[in-house]
Amino acid sequence: MHPFEYTLAGDADQAVAVATADPHTSFLAGGTTQLDLMKDGVLHPARLLDITRLPLKGITHTDAAIRVGALTTMEELAADPLVRERLPFVREALLLGASTQLRNMATIGGNLLQRARCRYFRDPTVPACNKRNPGSGCAAITGIHRMHAILGTSDHCIALHASDVAVPLAALDAVVHTQGADGTRAIPLTEFYLPPAETPHVENVLQHGELITAIEIPLLPSAARSHYIKVRDRVSYEFALTSAGVALVIEDGLIQEARVALGGVGTLPWRAWDAEDVLRGSRADTEVFRSAAEAALEGARPLPGTAFKVDLAKRTLVRTLETVAGAQS
Amino acid sequence: MKHVETEARPSGQSPPEPPQVDITLKVNGTEHAIQVDARVTLLDALRDHLGLTGAKKGCDQGACGACTVMVDGRRVVSCLGLAAQYQGREITTIEGLSADGELHPMQAAFARHDAFQCGYCTPGQIMSAVCLIAEGRADTDEDICEFMSGNICRCGAYPNIRAAIREVKGAS
Ligand SMILES: Cc1cc2nc3c(=O)[nH]c(=O)nc-3n(C[C@H](O)[C@H](O)[C@H](O)COP(=O)(O)OP(=O)(O)OC[C@H]3O[C@@H](n4cnc5c(N)ncnc54)[C@H](O)[C@@H]3O)c2cc1C
Ligand code: SF4
Ligand code: FES
Ligand code: FES
Repeated sequence: MHPFEYTLAGDADQAVAVATADPHTSFLAGGTTQLDLMKDGVLHPARLLDITRLPLKGITHTDAAIRVGALTTMEELAADPLVRERLPFVREALLLGASTQLRNMATIGGNLLQRARCRYFRDPTVPACNKRNPGSGCAAITGIHRMHAILGTSDHCIALHASDVAVPLAALDAVVHTQGADGTRAIPLTEFYLPPAETPHVENVLQHGELITAIEIPLLPSAARSHYIKVRDRVSYEFALTSAGVALVIEDGLIQEARVALGGVGTLPWRAWDAEDVLRGSRADTEVFRSAAEAALEGARPLPGTAFKVDLAKRTLVRTLETVAGAQS
Repeated sequence: MKHVETEARPSGQSPPEPPQVDITLKVNGTEHAIQVDARVTLLDALRDHLGLTGAKKGCDQGACGACTVMVDGRRVVSCLGLAAQYQGREITTIEGLSADGELHPMQAAFARHDAFQCGYCTPGQIMSAVCLIAEGRADTDEDICEFMSGNICRCGAYPNIRAAIREVKGAS
């Protein structure tokens, strides 16, 4: 690790001011992405600003939404009684991610900002990586890319967004609350991430020094059922090959409301709007679920190493839809 | 927290000292005031500065669980946190688990069930297992597998680790 200065942030205003003024300052929350990448030599800030003592922890409830302080840990959010009752797929996605130890450290703000797991990105001895070194090329496109994305990719980067919990949060239209040099903002999660396009190093709409303060998660209607399925190379403690987060309201066999997002396939948490359009107003049966899955993967651009993901993602989605619909009857 | 100023040196001389921090860590009930390089992780502070070598360094990247310790009663991987972040927290290591030389029931169960071979993962497994029971997640073998998955055992002692956990769970 390169040497750096460690500073404890006293309050949010000061943290934003210090980080905004200095491009070489990074925020430090749980550290499970930030320190990992510093050990790998990928990140080398001159100063780490520890935000973990800021009063951005805790969960508050209203009738329509829950508001989660950015420093709330994954385990704390999963343990919340209202999440358990009204947002089961959020809880499932949280608990299927990382390990208990990591979930006790990892914050929800940090989780949304976790970086690519692409092994070329994480290895500075590899020259070609547009995300790490803009304009240098992409080693993954011609290399090993089994764990990479098939949706939202570009010729410049195919790295996956690997967060599990961001999948149900995208399906729910969660909102990211931030504080920056120009004041506060509320950014829908579905507009928060940027596809790699020609600038894979720019991953989201945050300004340098802008602090995530909270995530607001709208509650599902009480009639809704939801589920998250994660398919991976080992049973536990592994990133997704494919995953699906689904919430449905079904009445008399007809789908009234559908929320669908996919993980393991997108350069960002992938909201499957087209699949939702197929589902809404249709019968809750396997034929409809298959059409929805076709629609969701319509724009997939697989490479040789990711070709298997197209079918796997469809099947993962169909299985998740069937499970949710079955839980209903 | 106080930061130790590092003096600027003329170029061509040896590089400047990396920034240091003065910190106080409370480990197993005892406070320790130390000065460390800001880069020092909680794991390295425990092992190299406090002589508590129970927590082990496997991967140093959060992937294996060998460095598991408790912070305010919750298990964490000490290799992915800076020592400076853990001031004012109650840190418990494997050395702090047993009172007055008596083995903790989980330690005794690991010994009884031969829940290790080389033993390198064992302190982390035991810290995790103690937390697992406190979390109420040791009811089924499936739960034990799922919620112990952050602790890798290269020797594959998993069946015996599960047996030890089941026994302590049954007795509690
Ligand atoms: C071995 C391993 C396995 C994992 N498996 C999974 C998995 O299966 N599923 C999954 O979803 N994730 C997984 N993860 C990723 C993990 O969930 C993230 O590393 C974690 O959520 C990041 O949160 P943190 O608080 O540790 O963030 P940090 O590492 O502290 O920060 C991450 C980034 O966000 C910035 N940041 C943090 N908080 C804020 C804020 N409030 N405002 C602005 N910027 C901020 C930091 O500057 C940094 O750039 C795994 C990680 C590891 C190491
Ligand atoms: S996929 Fe993206 S992160 Fe990976 S090597 Fe290519 S440019 Fe870098
Ligand atoms: S040494 Fe910390 S998890 Fe492996
Ligand atoms: S006993 Fe050898 S690694 Fe677990």
